[in-house]
Amino acid sequence: MEAEQSFSDICGGRLALQCRYYSPSCREFCVSCPRLSLRSLTAVTCTVWLAAYGLFTLCENSMILSAAIFITLLGLLGYLHFVKIDQETLLIIDSLGIQMTSSYASGKESTTFIEMGKVKDLVINEAIYMQKVIYYLCILLKDPVEPHGISQVVPVFQSAKPRLDCLIEVYRSCQEILAHQKATSASP
Amino acid sequence: MVLKAFFPTCCASADSGLLVGRWVPEQSSAVVLAVVHFPFIPIQVKELLAQVQQASRVGVAVLGTWCHRRQESEESLGHFLEGLGAIFSHEPWLQLCRERGSKFWSCKATHRQVPASLGAPGQDQVMLIFYDQRKVLLSQLHPPAALPDHQAGDATASAGGLAAVFDTVARSEVLFRSDQFDEGPVRLSHWQSEGVEASILVELAKQASGPICLLLACLLSLISAASTSRVFKLWPLSFIWSKLSTCEQLRHRLGQLTLIFSTQKAENPAQLMRKANMLVSVFLDVALGLALLSWLHGKDRIGQLADALVPVADHVAEELQHLLQWLMGAPAGLKMNRALDQVLGRFFLYHIHLWISYIHLMSPFIERILWHLGLSACLGLTVALSILSDIIALLTFHIYCFYVYGARLYCMKICGLSSLWRLFRGKKWNVLRQRVDSCSYDLDQLFIGTLLFTILVFLLPTTALYYLVFTLALNTICVQLRLLVVTVQGLIHLLVDLVNSLPLYSLGLRLCRPYRLAAGVKFRVLEHEAGRPLRLLMQINPLPYSRVVHTYRLPSCGCHPKHSWGSLCRKLFFGELIYPWRQRGDKQD
Repeated sequence: MEAEQSFSDICGGRLALQCRYYSPSCREFCVSCPRLSLRSLTAVTCTVWLAAYGLFTLCENSMILSAAIFITLLGLLGYLHFVKIDQETLLIIDSLGIQMTSSYASGKESTTFIEMGKVKDLVINEAIYMQKVIYYLCILLKDPVEPHGISQVVPVFQSAKPRLDCLIEVYRSCQEILAHQKATSASP
Repeated sequence: MVLKAFFPTCCASADSGLLVGRWVPEQSSAVVLAVVHFPFIPIQVKELLAQVQQASRVGVAVLGTWCHRRQESEESLGHFLEGLGAIFSHEPWLQLCRERGSKFWSCKATHRQVPASLGAPGQDQVMLIFYDQRKVLLSQLHPPAALPDHQAGDATASAGGLAAVFDTVARSEVLFRSDQFDEGPVRLSHWQSEGVEASILVELAKQASGPICLLLACLLSLISAASTSRVFKLWPLSFIWSKLSTCEQLRHRLGQLTLIFSTQKAENPAQLMRKANMLVSVFLDVALGLALLSWLHGKDRIGQLADALVPVADHVAEELQHLLQWLMGAPAGLKMNRALDQVLGRFFLYHIHLWISYIHLMSPFIERILWHLGLSACLGLTVALSILSDIIALLTFHIYCFYVYGARLYCMKICGLSSLWRLFRGKKWNVLRQRVDSCSYDLDQLFIGTLLFTILVFLLPTTALYYLVFTLALNTICVQLRLLVVTVQGLIHLLVDLVNSLPLYSLGLRLCRPYRLAAGVKFRVLEHEAGRPLRLLMQINPLPYSRVVHTYRLPSCGCHPKHSWGSLCRKLFFGELIYPWRQRGDKQD
């Protein structure tokens, strides 16, 4: 079962949330970030090339122009492969764990999987980010030494940064599964 | 809890039969290791499982039945399979079924002990997780999970459910030794059933490595015994050996080679990786060293180098002499104390003269010496670089001497001045309490002290200017030259460190076989139909490169000095000496 809704992130950009319910014990939430805009790409390329042309008129060395082209290409490839995240996915499987995937614009995917035994809870936290107060969803991990302590806080959807309404949707869905998991793990 | 069935991808197309594996009750998961095909005799299957359990200490048991319907007319198989549940009792009993040409499977797990009065007929929800058996067998999880203890017959799973799966598959290697071409009583299907994987080269290397290791270990022990003999403990030799970076590097390499060729087997995978990394690093070092050697000895480069060396030394000495002549005159129109000026100027000039004579004496032998030192490059690039760094240190020794003279003089001056200034004010340095205390001096002490202080203070403009212009200028030039030398040496040592400590084998493994070094797992949801059990694919998430380097980095010998810029400036200002080698008790910033 799939459902797609559109929300906005903390800066006002458009986000799309796709919820897939595979089974009562497995759900996937996919937040897609706004794509790379042609306008900003053209602006950056023009600035770099104008600066390079300015230097060329000063130095009369044509290596500067080829170096500028090289730098622009490498910079764009590096940006697409290491910085620009297209989609962030949260997959929650009852009694197995929670998996977070970030897919970059170049197609690279980086995945983290947290086992259910380590997950204490999934909560929405407040944070002060520059001049704003924002909400973010995070997973609390259990402390192996202290039973009621928290060893780590893992934030989810870090680069998409959706607003509270989107987070509430995801939170409610996940809590259903976590509640079911806690109920079944408590009983023998 | 949802029941998780870990199923190997290689058995997905196998014929119908019995599922053999391990049941982990804490996570309610069944790890299927192999499929036993018809026809079989139940007694023989039970014997095989008992053998495997004894050899691998993994609680292998029959978990259920696997039905792969290839033709339409196999309904009778279903009844037969259900009857098997009575022979091999297991709680819960798994029944996996796959239709021909269909991607979706049907799974049932029945509990016998649960009474029917609970409502549900004892069926659990089942989740199928496919895994690649070969990759899971060969991979190592980082960080290594605490292994369950090996005394128990059925090892209990510790926290970390997936680590238990990896552990089970890794320890059940005994089960995977027989393939379909063996004439055993029981026919199994697993990742090696098409034929056991082996490589001739690896087997030959394993056979040959025993005697080779023994021979090399004896040789290395002889060399290390020779190097620690009494001859080298005598004072001048031991001092020199401890200061030369070449000796440090050679010692480090000897230690590494001894570890690689020791006849003890590696106890855990981390030690094996470390040995492999060291071996690859030694090979690369020697290869680069041989390349350097061939480059040096071709086209008479050593001769050119030797010819260029003496004129450069001459040139530097001439420049220093010019500078000294200028300072002994009236530098920048300043008037200096003649006597002190002349004394120190002549002393430095004589020192330079001695050094130039020494270089000219050595010049016919330089080429020979360089040629023989160049041969040492076959021991490795790092050794050649260490020798280069030592040669630079030896050739610029006179600069170091100048620097030492100047620094000591300046230090004495400053100490004297500060102590007499304290006396002038009526205070004293308390050594016990490390602070300045007031002190009542005798009249004659005060008189002489004040007199000396006055002389020094009135000489101060002359001596300070003299010092600023002469010693400090020479010192600055020397210090600049020394800083240059120190920088060059630092770069060389950095390069040596890099070659020494980079874990090349681990990086190569991460590049070519990423599933061997696993940071964790990742899941992918396969095509799903409502009403059917959920199917997931479990893949290995490889370790990122930065963590590979961090985990498997080799210890370096750490024979280079570490100075931060702040401590360097402080030492320069107070006239403390900057040693080119590491001092005992040197605090690392």
